[in-house]
Amino acid sequence: MKQQEFKEISGGKPFYMVLGFFGLFVLAALGSAWYMEHNGHWVTGMNNQIVWGMPHVFAVFLIVAASGALNVASISSVFQKTAYKPLARLSGLLAIALLVGGLAVLVLDLGRPDRLIVAMTYYNFKSIFAWNIILYTGFMVVVGIYLWMMMERKMNRFTKVAGFSAFIWRLILTTGTGSIFGFLVARSAYDTAIMAPMFIVMSFSFGLAIFILVLMGLYNWSDRPLGDSILFKLKNLLGVFVASVLYFVLAYHLTNLYITRDHGVEEFILLNGGVYTSLFWIVQVGLGSLVPLALLYSPSTGQSRGWIGIASLLVIIGGLAQMYVIIIGGQAFPMELFPGKEVSSAFYDGVVGSYTPSLPEIVLGIGGVAIALAATFVGVRVLRFLPSSLADEAVDPHYSAREAEATA
Amino acid sequence: MSEESNIDIYRRRFLSGTASAAAGLAVAPGVMLTEVANARPADQAVTSEVRWGMLIDTNKCDNGCNDCVSACNEEHNLGGFDRPATDAQWIRTVTLKDKQTGNVQTLPLLCQHCEHPPCVDVCPTGASFKREDGIVLVDKHICIGCRYCMMACPYKARSFIHEKLQDQMPYSPRGKGTVESCTFCVHRVDEGITPACVEACTAEDHNAMTFGDMNDPDSEISQQLERYSSRQIRADLDLNTGVRYRGI
Repeated sequence: MKQQEFKEISGGKPFYMVLGFFGLFVLAALGSAWYMEHNGHWVTGMNNQIVWGMPHVFAVFLIVAASGALNVASISSVFQKTAYKPLARLSGLLAIALLVGGLAVLVLDLGRPDRLIVAMTYYNFKSIFAWNIILYTGFMVVVGIYLWMMMERKMNRFTKVAGFSAFIWRLILTTGTGSIFGFLVARSAYDTAIMAPMFIVMSFSFGLAIFILVLMGLYNWSDRPLGDSILFKLKNLLGVFVASVLYFVLAYHLTNLYITRDHGVEEFILLNGGVYTSLFWIVQVGLGSLVPLALLYSPSTGQSRGWIGIASLLVIIGGLAQMYVIIIGGQAFPMELFPGKEVSSAFYDGVVGSYTPSLPEIVLGIGGVAIALAATFVGVRVLRFLPSSLADEAVDPHYSAREAEATA
Repeated sequence: MSEESNIDIYRRRFLSGTASAAAGLAVAPGVMLTEVANARPADQAVTSEVRWGMLIDTNKCDNGCNDCVSACNEEHNLGGFDRPATDAQWIRTVTLKDKQTGNVQTLPLLCQHCEHPPCVDVCPTGASFKREDGIVLVDKHICIGCRYCMMACPYKARSFIHEKLQDQMPYSPRGKGTVESCTFCVHRVDEGITPACVEACTAEDHNAMTFGDMNDPDSEISQQLERYSSRQIRADLDLNTGVRYRGI
């Protein structure tokens, strides 16, 4: 294997055109945030029953995916798989960028985003939210140092330690994100320890799907060779992660189905929850899990870049649907205040909460994605994150031996 | 809002105050039902020697009666914007129908002022807090509007302010983008007066609500709690609520 050469992507007009394209979405998101804050949240789909809406779906998705995007680097530094080493820098950059995008959405959806400084200076250490504020900012620092160790030749010997720290940090971080829901005793859909590990596995899957698409996109755009060897490794791994998420979803629902108290919420999500039931079965399980699994492992489509790209996109769409079902479906199901009673009131007790995402909320969420992509794009332009070639002979240590064998 | 309508509100408050005082006197001559024992002097810190609580006897709750809700809305000027999904409600009447027997009851539901409030646990900044005397409040100055407390409250007792408010009561500050809930009328309790909902219920001679110090064995609420069986809503969560119910 040759020594990898890392190079910035070229700038010029095309670069700024792409950046401007992302910029439009970011501007639209800022406009939406201003509109929502100026008028108050009544102009959104949110209300006193569904208090976390579409922005949270995007924000939590991006935050979860951020820690997952770091996986490729962890496989290289922590698990010593040298084939992944050329991808480690991009993995770190994408992780930070996705986190920034997610946090931006989260903050802009606060009732008082102007009080961000309050969130940074007043801490209630029993709150998992407060812990997450520290974990998120710490993640950026830890991954930043990790990138420095990787990119500065003199510091290379610390890469393993830094990579290991980042790996542990990301596991704790996603535990924290899952526990936002796991620690909620009030609602039937939450209040379970499985949320933490399930969110970790979800992060593996969503983060890798985004990584594959960004990698393919960047190499295509910059006309650099991207060999099958590394791409097929990644897609096989994605399949394992998608199946693991399904397993956790199965374990979660099986447990609830066994417990009589939780039959109500299960019936809601799995059978008669309308949009939530459709999103669960059709988008999350069908399009977002089973179809990509078939695409990734079928001998014909599994060898095709186009299909690998589509499978990755479907995993992302399925992931957003899963977040929607967890976050909004979990709130829509009425709280069981009086078991055995039918409840009604002028405050929507006992009825399914209604929520229709408004345009500004969706635009704000997409803006978070645009921030993440724009930050990555600028990153690979100004610093040496991308190897100039990921062709098979450049990354596969056994490539030349195998070639020799084949020609012999 | 204009000065004129402010005057209207003050007048309304004054009139309702006198009306309920008069009603109180009529019910039990010589006894001011609106007074609470153990209110602290203004120069003394709140202590945990007092635990404010409320006992609601649902058997005395008239079906269709909304007096406690109206009194709360008036006291704190919760008027709203005719948008029920986003308007604030600190107390609401809930109708229960037993799925098996068909028995119907109504009861008021408000912040339960838990001893171990989940809203306080989850609040990242500490804006949700519990006073030493058990009253759970939101510090509107450090609430960032994340709404995690609303996710965590098992009683759906909190409201998010979805739009700009006007004509707030000086003793009950509220603000767009922050979360709020029943304060147990802390401004009244600190002055030795019962919460507005209790006062209204008593004034109408329903007497379904009793407010007082649960730590004082001689208080009316403690006496009643000792004598009659009562329960907490979602007692399974072991939050030791400050609001107890009879008849459910």
